[in-house]
Amino acid sequence: MEDMKLIADHLVYEYNKGTNQTVRALDDVNFVIRTGEFIGLIGHTGSGKSTLVQHLNALLKPDSGTIYYDGADVFEKGYDRKALRGKVGLVFQYPEHQLFEETVFKEVCYGPINMGLDTKEVEMTAYAAIKRVGLPDECIDQSPFDLSGGQKRRVAIASVLAMKPEILVLDEPTAGLDPKGRDELLSMIVELREKEGITVVLVSHSMEDVAEYVERIIVMDKGKILYDDVPKAVFSHAEELEAIGLAAPQVTYILKDLKAAGFDVDTTGITLAEAKETILQALTWKH
Amino acid sequence: MLRDITIGQYYSADSVLHRMDPRTKLLGTMIYLVSLFLFDSAPVYALAAVFLGVVIMLSKVPFSYMVKGLKSILFLLLFTVFMNMLFVKGEVIWSFWKLQVTREGLRKSGFMAARLILLILGSNLMTLTTTPTRLTNAMESVMKPLKLIKVPVHEIAMMMSIALRFIPILLDETDKIMKAQLARGADFESGNLIRKAKSMVPVLVPLFISAFRRANDLAMAMEARCYHGGKGRTQMKPLKYAGRDFAAYAVLLLYLAGVIVIGKFL
Repeated sequence: MEDMKLIADHLVYEYNKGTNQTVRALDDVNFVIRTGEFIGLIGHTGSGKSTLVQHLNALLKPDSGTIYYDGADVFEKGYDRKALRGKVGLVFQYPEHQLFEETVFKEVCYGPINMGLDTKEVEMTAYAAIKRVGLPDECIDQSPFDLSGGQKRRVAIASVLAMKPEILVLDEPTAGLDPKGRDELLSMIVELREKEGITVVLVSHSMEDVAEYVERIIVMDKGKILYDDVPKAVFSHAEELEAIGLAAPQVTYILKDLKAAGFDVDTTGITLAEAKETILQALTWKH
Repeated sequence: MLRDITIGQYYSADSVLHRMDPRTKLLGTMIYLVSLFLFDSAPVYALAAVFLGVVIMLSKVPFSYMVKGLKSILFLLLFTVFMNMLFVKGEVIWSFWKLQVTREGLRKSGFMAARLILLILGSNLMTLTTTPTRLTNAMESVMKPLKLIKVPVHEIAMMMSIALRFIPILLDETDKIMKAQLARGADFESGNLIRKAKSMVPVLVPLFISAFRRANDLAMAMEARCYHGGKGRTQMKPLKYAGRDFAAYAVLLLYLAGVIVIGKFL
């Protein structure tokens, strides 16, 4: 088996079972996550993406299908799911749902303590995690409740990183942040990945977030996987994405409009840098 | 994991019971509950059970859903049955050491269990078929006469409706917080009682903070919309009795008469 870190195998999950409002949140979902990948998981609200990520660390048990991690079925009886949650670190959208300690340092220690590390190791990994997410030293002894929204989110990410996960799953990490906070957080994640080779799954409904950074995009709609491909290929389906309430990045639309207006630009560009290049090229050719 | 608690939760469906005026359901439930305490007789309980069964069928709430609500009182139920079985005096049919099981005790505990189950099912049915807003509207309307003796009826009803409204929200939030902590390796199941209680701290702290924040936000939102208590307040959809409500009252009276006749003469 060549490097298949995590396999989602025919996942099906339903909410409100046994009532007249059964919702099929996941409908036969299959994919593979390989070590070192940077994946964007996108979908409209209610597309099932949050449900899906809660399966990755076995918080939810699928009605049928299963998850294999390192080749082992995680829903099998006797599988150590607590250890799995250390390896597949899931950071939820709202840091308010998990901050409870008196200081940032204690907060970040919670995860590694649960993982059963000894005190010295706990403190070392916690400190390292706080540094990795770029929190200043003076935050360490502050109450996590006194921090700004962006900093709280960093604490939440640090508290998961402190468990030394192999896969880091971030559920809407940029929701509710201002543009500056958003850029800072995303570049921090990119840096983490480059420095430590950690596998990252970024859940988002913002195309701008994912287009610029990820290597592969999984698009979900109504509990099914619609596309699973490299960003350029996914965003070439701009019309189909719009039909399910998503969109391609704004620069892609500009390029398409330019093309329609007679400029010879490459419409597959998805980032600002790519757009700039192709537009400049088109302009120089014209003259 | 917390979704099993059905008390205070609304089950949306389209049935006669859902459409009925909430006052009818409120008074009906009260009459039903009182009827359970009138007589200690097996035929009366049988009638009460059949009556409730028919009403549940009319409500279109799945029976399995109703039974789930009983889980929460299982301990209380077993405790009552056990206590009654052992400590009611009478003709001894089985004894062990200082404990005695009597015929009267068995009878009593049987009735007790039946009464408790019907009580919970009956009141659950009301909350499952009535939205909290409509229920408190009904309470406010039924308690109106108390205004004469300066009882703050509207304020009580408002507090009730806010409390009921927040049950599902807080349950949902607890679920989310527990998941967030589980994702950080929390363990709520293993260990002794003290360890289990300690493991709840990471859930309770965020939950309380969020409850206070929500209360604050709500108070602010109400004030921003000039809420100033019940004086001069009108309703968008005033409660109105329809034909089915009178029919329901008639059925209830018939049922009550049946209970009294069976209880007195059988």
